[in-house]
Amino acid sequence: MSTVFASREALTRKMLAEGRQYSRGVSVSISDVSIALGGRTVLEKFNVEIAAGEFVAIVGRSGCGKSTLLRSIVGLETPQTGSIALGTVAQGKPDVRIMFQDSRLLPWKRVLQNVTLGLEPSFIPHATKILDQVGLADRANDWPAILSGGQRQRVALARALVHDPSLLLLDEPLGALDALTRIEMQELIETVWWNRGFTAVLVTHDVAEAITLADRVILIEGGLVALDEFIHLPRPRTRGNARFAVLEDRILGRVLQHRSIETNEPVADAVNEEADAH
Amino acid sequence: MSGKVMSEIQRRTITTSPSLQAIGSRALPWVVPVALLGVWQWSSSNGTLPSRFLPAPKAVVTTFIELSRSGELWMHVRVSTIRALSGFAVGGGLGLLLGLLTGSFRWAETLLDTTLQMIRNIPALALIPLVILWFGIDESAKLFLVALGVFFPVYINTFHGIQSVDRGLLEMGRTYGLSRWALYREVILPGALPSILIGVRFSLGFMWVMLIVAETISARSGIGYMTMNAREFMQTDVMVVGILLYALLGKIADLLSKGLERYWLRWHPAYQAAR
Repeated sequence: MSTVFASREALTRKMLAEGRQYSRGVSVSISDVSIALGGRTVLEKFNVEIAAGEFVAIVGRSGCGKSTLLRSIVGLETPQTGSIALGTVAQGKPDVRIMFQDSRLLPWKRVLQNVTLGLEPSFIPHATKILDQVGLADRANDWPAILSGGQRQRVALARALVHDPSLLLLDEPLGALDALTRIEMQELIETVWWNRGFTAVLVTHDVAEAITLADRVILIEGGLVALDEFIHLPRPRTRGNARFAVLEDRILGRVLQHRSIETNEPVADAVNEEADAH
Repeated sequence: MSGKVMSEIQRRTITTSPSLQAIGSRALPWVVPVALLGVWQWSSSNGTLPSRFLPAPKAVVTTFIELSRSGELWMHVRVSTIRALSGFAVGGGLGLLLGLLTGSFRWAETLLDTTLQMIRNIPALALIPLVILWFGIDESAKLFLVALGVFFPVYINTFHGIQSVDRGLLEMGRTYGLSRWALYREVILPGALPSILIGVRFSLGFMWVMLIVAETISARSGIGYMTMNAREFMQTDVMVVGILLYALLGKIADLLSKGLERYWLRWHPAYQAAR
């Protein structure tokens, strides 16, 4: 990664010097949201405020409602009560994009056509540029079926980025990738977020991944915010770092502590509930 | 590592007698058909097999050439093909349309699917007495029978194709702000296409079966007429030509639909042997 990450203030100064707005991101304000799926309450009077341009990671056990929260922000689930409000952007409506664990590329469209889905043909040069940014310029005319899992997720990322989103939601987009591809993708997502300044919300099982990428890690338990931890480590972050390890221990410990209290609840059930929720 | 060694060994054993083995494996499937043909020709020419049961293969070929020279053969082939295709267009078109309707709209499924499934259980050929009563023995009866035969395979596979479109892709399309029509064009139809094409291939088989039956019952032209007319005069060679023509046309239709699949489903992993 070529970008040198400094503090957030440094980025603000840099962007101001270039005459750009600090962030094209939008704030997200989730207040008193309750969602029940199939008669089971997933989120109960859930509140969280996300600042514009912030990178937030949401962790929690399977079935805790973190995916449901993300899906309700993009409108795939409708909360029974409460409201989800997005801040305003300079022009038009804030653009919200979501990346899923599976790339959800249309297999009958070539890579470039997948990236320009729902757009005018005039977007093709722009889409080609974005494909180049995710390192897949030479695969523009391939069918998704012949790409590897990591490459497919890069295409899915490019598809989201073409729209220049103000808010990018990431629903465990790296969950199905091998360890090396995962690290590559984490770096790519971090770079893109850093350069563009959108707001990012990442749902993940992986506490280390959350700490690597996020400004702030939120733990959801029992439908509520159980932990809200700001990560003040300089970027790019490495796992070898001692403070990183302390943070990971603390958050992981907090996640597991709850589980050890409720040992009588089988994990398999929670997994099934997660599957039902989809 | 061991896989590499294995393939090396295999390659060596194969290259010991390359040409002979290759020719052998190519020719092997044809040994039995050629032998049968030889026995058939031999027993016809020495009189064991009288030509009023089965003509000699040579006679079939001669008759084929004669009939195609006089133009009679092509006239019958043209008439049969037009019948088959127009029946296919009507029945297949209706099947596609209703399949899209019931697959896409819950109310249409509730309204129509039970009825259609009940009708499907009636063997189409059992309707022949009624069909003759309704349409007489002219073209509309044949059209009706062919259309009925091809309708259900196309209908059912279209319906299931649409129902089994990946929900995840639909969800994705919606988050990308695709309009209803765009969602249909970009996600639902292409997703259902593999299933629809299976229906088309099935229905092509039914198309010929229904046509043969319809033309055998009553016709004043077409391959079936040619064959039945030849029966009156004990022209077994003409009858065999007619039967072989049906087989040939069926094979051509199958190849065409395979080609269509290969083109329309070229994105599908199953059709990507070589990039």
